[in-house]
Amino acid sequence: MATATVGATARPTSPRRRAGARTTLTAGSSLGLGIAVTWFSLLVLIPLTAIVATSAGRGWSGYVDTLANPQTMAAIQLTVGQSLLVTVINIVMGTVIAWVLVRDRFWGRAVLDVIIDIPFALPTIVAGLVLLGLYGNGSPIGLDWAYTERAVLLALAFVTLPFIVRTVQPVLEELDHDVEEAAASLGAKRLTIFRRIILPSLAPAIAAGAALSFARAIAEYGSLVLLSGNKPFSTEVVSVRVLSFIENGSTESAAAVASLMLAVALFVIVVLDVVQRRVSRRG
Amino acid sequence: MSIEVTNVTKKYGDFYALDDVSVSLPTGQLTALLGPSGGGKSTLLRIIAGLDTADSGSVAIEGTNATKLPPQKRNVGFVFQHYAVFKHMTVAKNVAFGLEIRKTPKAEVKRRVGELLELVHLSQFADRLPSQLSGGQRQRMALARALAVEPSVLLLDEPFGALDAKVRKELREWLRRLHDEVHVTTVFVTHDQEEAMEVADEIVVINQGRVEQVGSPDQLYDEPANDFVMGFLGEVTRLGPVRLRPHDIEVATTPGRAGTFPGTVTRLLRVGFEVRLQVELEDVSRDGRSATSSTTGVGAAPVSVVLPRSHARSLDLELGSRVWLTAAVGAVTVPAMVPAVVAV
Repeated sequence: MATATVGATARPTSPRRRAGARTTLTAGSSLGLGIAVTWFSLLVLIPLTAIVATSAGRGWSGYVDTLANPQTMAAIQLTVGQSLLVTVINIVMGTVIAWVLVRDRFWGRAVLDVIIDIPFALPTIVAGLVLLGLYGNGSPIGLDWAYTERAVLLALAFVTLPFIVRTVQPVLEELDHDVEEAAASLGAKRLTIFRRIILPSLAPAIAAGAALSFARAIAEYGSLVLLSGNKPFSTEVVSVRVLSFIENGSTESAAAVASLMLAVALFVIVVLDVVQRRVSRRG
Repeated sequence: MSIEVTNVTKKYGDFYALDDVSVSLPTGQLTALLGPSGGGKSTLLRIIAGLDTADSGSVAIEGTNATKLPPQKRNVGFVFQHYAVFKHMTVAKNVAFGLEIRKTPKAEVKRRVGELLELVHLSQFADRLPSQLSGGQRQRMALARALAVEPSVLLLDEPFGALDAKVRKELREWLRRLHDEVHVTTVFVTHDQEEAMEVADEIVVINQGRVEQVGSPDQLYDEPANDFVMGFLGEVTRLGPVRLRPHDIEVATTPGRAGTFPGTVTRLLRVGFEVRLQVELEDVSRDGRSATSSTTGVGAAPVSVVLPRSHARSLDLELGSRVWLTAAVGAVTVPAMVPAVVAV
């Protein structure tokens, strides 16, 4: 597992060399690895380092001051809390929807299969507008959730819905039906089969989808602008907060918040990976 | 009787996978369901296991009516062609699965798993993952897993079908020995007649959703009920009005008694200890027999003959030799005009 990170960065150009140690590098794959790392550095590593460097511009106390600001703290809490909640909802709902799409035959299945992608395809501001129409002021079903914390959850759930469905679906399709039959003939009930046989196979896909869904949720901006109202201490999310820092010319504060979110994202992705490894080994 | 299948019918649309099938399989025996692909034998096995349901008819296992029971409650061990391993569990965990489901105490599970792995010669692989095993080892593990729950019947669906010829042969013999040790009522599906003849106590020949014949390997070979069974259990050729095995034809280089068929050797092939001939029959009217093509087979495919190499050498056979063919005394024959199977 020590080489996993090296393999991950090299994967786009040399998929063959995933599990190998440094010694397996040939001239060709060295070049590939070099290009991959350069590209990755230009796009990701250097800008990220720049953010962290900028955030340190006002020193440690400036950093702490920015983050300790109650309004900023509230925005961070709201964003991270709602993103975690929405990720948990997605883990359950996404798996259920993928299950229905793969295992059940019903009228309109093909249509549903296409519709799932709409939150991906829709410009996020339009997503906000759509949700505002149904759950906003003057809602036809009497649910006026606009400018509340629920609106944030709703918007996040809407834009992140497809992630887990789309990662779990292909894995579920490839599952060997024999295996479930074997478990059944050994006496396992349906729930036991799901928990001990199917879930471990789905865990990596669910974790990947959950990571995507969480990352998207903490970064969401467009759909929230309309629906949440950006009220400080109540519905203001981090991305809005960062934008207002920048508009006020306080790049260091923006960078400080950004670097904290970076740490949170990393932490969640690592936790998901650990949980995933646990679940897929258990049985 | 351990398994009683009565009047089972299973249709997929208009296609009869099983058409009013009844068989009873005795306790403690090793039975083969033999037949061509798509003949319905796997469907029958899956219906016995409860993995498929019959449209009509009933299945009884050990005297209890199992027709409506789910697979979990049938106490049946099932082994799949493609192993169906739980790939995220170690070999020992795979074998322990059924016991853990039954809430067996840990120490007991450990003991049983140890015993079973010993039985299938996989003790040293207990902590490996199935992906680190060869095909034959995986299938042995699957067998141990099925045996762990002490099933009243063990069902194997083409268990050696995905393995290469050499491993298949080894496992076949091993299965026979295992059965002699364990004595659990076993049914296995195969399309390989050699496998069925070698391993089984009893063979059920199934074709186009129907049972063609049930009997011991010897019975089936010596007294085939019809053309299909005869053809499926070994090579068959046609000599005049009858169909018979190529090695049941006697070859002479001089016209002997009446009723022989003169012909010319058109192909001669030595394979190991035997010699295979193709003989083109001549018009036999001067033999005093009626020479209508329907009874002599003239114009039909050439007759295949198999004889020992020493015999062929003593007859001094070569391409173009004139020979006279006779069905051997006591040869198994069936009339050639009977259609092989009654159309569904």
